[in-house]
Amino acid sequence: MSALFTGWTGALALSTVVIGVAMTFVAYMTWLERKVAARMQNRIGPYEVGFPHGWLQPLADVLKLLVKEDITPRAADPLLYNLGPLLVVVPALVGFAFLPLGKGLAIVDHPYSFLFFTALASLTLLGIFAAGWASNNKYALLSALRMVAMAASYEVPMILALLIPALLAGSFQLTAVVEAQRGLWFIGYPLVGQLAFGIFLLCALAEGNKSPLDILDAESELVAAYNVEYSGIKFALFYAGEYAHTLALCGLAATVFFGGYLGPAFLPGFVWLTGKCVVLFVLILWIRWSLMRMRIDQAIRINWMFLLPASLANLLIAASWVVRD
Amino acid sequence: MSGGPIEVVEREFGELALNMGPQHPSTHGVLRLILHLSGETVIKAVPVIGYLHRGVEKLSEHLTYDQLAPVYERDDYLAPTANSNAYVLAVERLGAIAVPRRAQWLRAFVSEWQRVSSHLVWLGTLGLDLGGALGGGTTLYMYCFREREKILDFLEELTGTRFHTNFNLIGGARYDLDAAMADKSNALAASVEAALPELWSMSGGNPIFSERTRSVGTISKDLAMGVGVTGPTLRASGIAYDVRKAAPYDAYAELPFDVISRTAGDAEARFQVRMDEIRVSLKLVRSIVDGLPAGPIFARKPLKNPKATKIPSGEVYAAVESPRGELGFHIVSDGSAKPLRLKINAPSFKNLQVVTHILPGGLVADVVATLGSLDPVLGDVDR
Repeated sequence: MSALFTGWTGALALSTVVIGVAMTFVAYMTWLERKVAARMQNRIGPYEVGFPHGWLQPLADVLKLLVKEDITPRAADPLLYNLGPLLVVVPALVGFAFLPLGKGLAIVDHPYSFLFFTALASLTLLGIFAAGWASNNKYALLSALRMVAMAASYEVPMILALLIPALLAGSFQLTAVVEAQRGLWFIGYPLVGQLAFGIFLLCALAEGNKSPLDILDAESELVAAYNVEYSGIKFALFYAGEYAHTLALCGLAATVFFGGYLGPAFLPGFVWLTGKCVVLFVLILWIRWSLMRMRIDQAIRINWMFLLPASLANLLIAASWVVRD
Repeated sequence: MSGGPIEVVEREFGELALNMGPQHPSTHGVLRLILHLSGETVIKAVPVIGYLHRGVEKLSEHLTYDQLAPVYERDDYLAPTANSNAYVLAVERLGAIAVPRRAQWLRAFVSEWQRVSSHLVWLGTLGLDLGGALGGGTTLYMYCFREREKILDFLEELTGTRFHTNFNLIGGARYDLDAAMADKSNALAASVEAALPELWSMSGGNPIFSERTRSVGTISKDLAMGVGVTGPTLRASGIAYDVRKAAPYDAYAELPFDVISRTAGDAEARFQVRMDEIRVSLKLVRSIVDGLPAGPIFARKPLKNPKATKIPSGEVYAAVESPRGELGFHIVSDGSAKPLRLKINAPSFKNLQVVTHILPGGLVADVVATLGSLDPVLGDVDR
């Protein structure tokens, strides 16, 4: 098995598997979201396409978007305009390669994989800005400017919150972080773990454009925000990128706070990881479909007045704990 | 590139002129706003209306009095009966046509049910404005529409039509309320009332909702008087003016009810006024069912040829309290079977004028919150 997954052919095979599995996963998470949202709203959700419960709906959605006309506005900057969707979707998908599926079973098991993951997650925002700027549309531009303000704010507490598991594990390697949780998951560390996870969850809502912090995606104000000029497969890429990004963040949270692949041995590790990831995703959906959207000044005030001091204090407590041990 | 002349918006250096609407998810139909922005702050807001102008007032000069009542039900399409109610009141006043007491009570009955249904639509769409189509807003919207659907089903059973009930006739009402429907009305009122705490928990009971609406789009008492806003928007600014109390029509002189008002004048106050008005209206439909007088619902004999109805010459104004405020009809008659001139005093039109005063200084996000809290119906604005 190891011979199969070495060298360039191995890398190609692995990345094909990762992209295929991740994209299918993402597509079915849209189905899950529609079902969860429908149940919350006294509806049934997708039902007609595929028996039972419209399980072929994601496929139908992708097919529909594939055959739609692909438009590039005359006044848009074609290079950035076409690069935008790729910049959103690729980093989000690469993120999946770092998540350890079992002991020593990460596709990329780099000593600094944790840092690399967070750096990649931030790259997504570059694609959003490129799209908003290059569309030559005022709504898209406003959305891109909002994105800069939000990213500059929410990246900071997110990284600080993610430093806590790294600090507790004493490593930036995701597999090592998971192994360090064999005794107790990091979410179980009193105060430090829960606070860090709470801050991370709020930041993940902001990064993944989920209500109440979907400031840059505010379609009731900015119509469709940064992707207002996009159609067809490029729009689908934005959509997939947004979900992949959210799911990758859920996977990261499952890995660094909830013990990743750890779990009773009757199921393989990747099942545990996927299960935890889906549970976290449903938690995000629950928040998303219950709350109204904040205004941008309120969202940024909460960040600088509460999230940042709290995450700094949390880091201090965790550091003193680690040093004392 | 073809089409009409390119519109040039005069603006200062550094301002961004953002064209919001007529195709926009939160302009409640086809309102168009030209926003002058500095960053995200609104400097100037210019509303452009007329995209839903259907020439109803001119059309009135070409139809007979009996043919006209259903036409106006399409104006304010969230509370159709209020329009025809105001119209028949004006014609009855001009022609000195007597209306049976039972018909007057029934008119108030249907009006109050439609007020509840209209306020439920308003709450749902305010949720969409604040929460977006991909978020908690849709959930509130669906819950509101679930309750509204029950009311529409009830009206369908009562009148045969879900929405444009065509309930009011000159000189009476078209449909009667029997004992079985009266029981259904009481059960419906109980069920809608039971859903209100849940709706409140998703809107006013939620801190994010309060933060988004508090001190947003504040209309001071002077501004409200100066611009002439009306209805719940006026009452939220501290002026307890309600046509149902100030100039009672239908059965309102005999019915006990409170006029809800607040003093803050912001979007949150308007929200609270409308939420309380739903409760008041539910109480009203209950007391109407309890005290409904017996008797006929139509005074005149049914006419074979409606063209025969001629109204004496003169001039009249009659108004009702629609869910959006004072809705009046001004009719000038020359003694023929058609109005010589007819003018509708539309509440949404008056309420919408205030946006040029209250939008500047707020953010883009406040624009949708303010518009949502004003509850304009573009069919009522443009007519």
